[in-house]
Amino acid sequence: MSDQGLATYLNESMLPYPFCPGCGHGPILDQLNKALVELQLDPRKMVIVTDIGCCGLSDRFFNTNAFHGLHGRSVTYASGIKLANPDMKPIVLIGDGGCGIGGHHLINAARRNIGVTVLVFNNLNYGMTGGEHSVTTPMGGVTSTTRQGNLERPLDIASTVALNGASFVARTTSFDKQLSDLIVRAIRNEGFSLIDIWELCTSYYVPFNRFSRKSLETTMTELNLASGVLKDETRPEYSRTLQERAKERSGEPAMPPVPLEPSFSHALPRRMSFVFAGAAGTRVGTAASAFCRAAVLSGLWASMRQDYPVTVKKGHSVAVVILSTEEIFFTGIEAPDVVVILSPEGLKKAQTRLPSLGSEAVVYTHATLAPIEVPGRKMELDFSQAGKHAMRKEFWPIMAVGEVLRDLGILELDALCEALKMQPAYAEANLAAVEAGRGAARPG
Amino acid sequence: MREFMTGAEAIARGAIHAGCDFFAGYPITPATPILLHMVRELPKVGGVAIQGEDEIASIGFCISAAMTGARAMTATSGPGISLYSENIGLAIMGEVPLVIVDCQRMGPATGGATTTAQGDIQFLRWGTSGGYPLIVLAPTCVQDCYSLTMQAFDLAERFRVPVLLATDKETVLASATVDTASLKKVPVRERKPAPEDWDFMPYRVEALEAIPTFSPFGGKHILRFTTSSHDEYGYLSKDPITVDRLNRHLAAKIDSHVDEIARLDLDAQEGADTLLISYGITARATKEALLAWRERGGKVSSATVISLWPVPEKALLEAMAGMKRILVAELNLGQYRREIERLARDDQEVVGIHRVDGDLIAPAQILERGGMR
Ligand SMILES: Cc1ncc(C[n+]2csc(CCOP(=O)(O)OP(=O)(O)O)c2C)c(N)n1
Ligand code: SF4
Ligand SMILES: [Mg+2]
Repeated sequence: MSDQGLATYLNESMLPYPFCPGCGHGPILDQLNKALVELQLDPRKMVIVTDIGCCGLSDRFFNTNAFHGLHGRSVTYASGIKLANPDMKPIVLIGDGGCGIGGHHLINAARRNIGVTVLVFNNLNYGMTGGEHSVTTPMGGVTSTTRQGNLERPLDIASTVALNGASFVARTTSFDKQLSDLIVRAIRNEGFSLIDIWELCTSYYVPFNRFSRKSLETTMTELNLASGVLKDETRPEYSRTLQERAKERSGEPAMPPVPLEPSFSHALPRRMSFVFAGAAGTRVGTAASAFCRAAVLSGLWASMRQDYPVTVKKGHSVAVVILSTEEIFFTGIEAPDVVVILSPEGLKKAQTRLPSLGSEAVVYTHATLAPIEVPGRKMELDFSQAGKHAMRKEFWPIMAVGEVLRDLGILELDALCEALKMQPAYAEANLAAVEAGRGAARPG
Repeated sequence: MREFMTGAEAIARGAIHAGCDFFAGYPITPATPILLHMVRELPKVGGVAIQGEDEIASIGFCISAAMTGARAMTATSGPGISLYSENIGLAIMGEVPLVIVDCQRMGPATGGATTTAQGDIQFLRWGTSGGYPLIVLAPTCVQDCYSLTMQAFDLAERFRVPVLLATDKETVLASATVDTASLKKVPVRERKPAPEDWDFMPYRVEALEAIPTFSPFGGKHILRFTTSSHDEYGYLSKDPITVDRLNRHLAAKIDSHVDEIARLDLDAQEGADTLLISYGITARATKEALLAWRERGGKVSSATVISLWPVPEKALLEAMAGMKRILVAELNLGQYRREIERLARDDQEVVGIHRVDGDLIAPAQILERGGMR
């Protein structure tokens, strides 16, 4: 870069352009070059991101960073660059074909107002693949795939992004002598910019439709589409906002270790498995997880699998826990040693396991459930004396865990309390529940 | 130090440990918890995490972010990994370091969103056009999720290739005790930088198996990246010699380093003539089956495939050498058995143990197939 700055961004050694004579792509690239010369962007701080198609051949003519990616996805790559480094200026060169297959990305980039400039090389058909119709082919337009005229209404790309959050939008043709000025404004805009540039594909759309420079303008008029700047407003740019939001969190420890140092004793006679079966949305998993943490605090190994329907607040919620003095490999269980059933939904789910129970198994059921037949010991959980916790089903699982520990004596209750204290937001309520549930279990 | 965590937490922590500073993903069971951890945690380390408008956008963000210098990761399951397909090819072509977590759920199509499976493992290897290699690691447990995620970043950065973590619904969502003190922390690997005063050729390699030097978008050099067959400068090329060299390079950079990438965990017993082969979550059932088998007086060895791709052929052949019978247990109808069968001698019996009803293969099923029950 001399003191006068860069006189061109084009790589002269690559010229001339490979486009067909009269193709609109070359003139657009010349105007882009003119705009870049005016802006004097550092070629290392900008990226020309090209889509696929004849227009996708364009990046090699520029002495700047380049990213030539997949068909329709250029806006995602431009966005990724901007997200990773908000100081970058990605400029997307995309065809009307790319805007069709990747329209979803255009709309979402516009909604975010992410700082990406999109130049649409809109020649009303697919040039590269042989003149098939695109989302912008006018109705009646003859293409290789619409021999009798196109039946589909054309997409108004510019208005679509303008309506959905783009901060700078313009429409013009490749013949517009002021195109470079529009490009300068588009690139200067901090947020999402798009210029819908109508042009001629001289190998297909032009001969198929006896189309001309004049037809570009008449078609716009027929479709009632305005040209020039359609939108120019200031809105916060997405990648910078995201960066600022992140700063509010910066320095907070990310996923710090939560050590569970063995500090309690246990009386686990052998590897044991537990099924906690209750209603969805009643914190069965939270209680089972506290139970596991208590076990780890007692020097044991624990594993927990959960099962619940996709609609998390309705139906069953089942947690299967294994405790062992040794590392647990297989986390499935054949017959559980302990089953805790807290609701009809849980019963329905746990029922299939009941016939497999051994004579040493213990089953705890909520007092309101119909009596069940099991070979082993049966216990009933009656929380009616638990004061304000009695009616709050979300405390039943943790009260049950407390009672199971008191009854079986495999872990110290203090280990459970310690585990609960590790979640400060709920610690007080959970500890109170464990206490309120005392005495709820009785032989059933 | 022991902790209690889900596989998703372990993956997120492994990633953060490995210096991950970019994540994009689209919600899908059972990968969503990873997305949630990353959007919550990455800002704390100065990173960016975002929910893309779909899977194609999410992996697209990751690819270009990685070329802007980020250490990127994304996570999905069957339907999403299918949508990643074309972009995985782009990451191979552009030599992009990228970690992709596939939390396998039952397929085909939507299949069983909350059902575990191991049905993607051939797709992960062959699911993009061209057939060029990438790396696939399979964690057997929550602890592995942590360590192999770190490993995945290391390999991705070193070989500039997508590294896939073939995990599954069960491993990601279940919680387990993890001995985090025993985890070997992998040091954060930097890409080999391009010399500053250099006519930068982003795709120049001295030897076919070498890895090109790196300079990010926004760095000191002009970087050209392309989906097309290209020369050393990143310019599209149709020159047969250039294209041939590029394609052979993409294969050689993995194939020539198989010994450094491939990993098979062996538990061999003197005199055994049966070998149990498994990977991922199924390896846990195999481990218990192995213990029971030996307790009952049987002699048996086991091999756990940690790097599904590249196939640890050398180690497998060694493990299989003295065996009469090889049992391959997997939650599909015999996908990895194909790899074992092509390595096995004619006089070796290769038996598949399968399960595709959504439940896990139990140790009992393996013992039964082995005639030990
Ligand atoms: C996924 C995918 N589908 C199809 C193609 C084939 N293809 C190449 S270029 C193109 C159309 C390009 O049209 P447009 O974007 O309008 O660019 P133009 O050639 O008109 O400049 C298509 C469909 C592709 N490369 N990738
Ligand atoms: S085919 Fe059409 S778009 Fe492609 S270069 Fe020729 S005129 Fe231009
Ligand atoms: Mg076109």
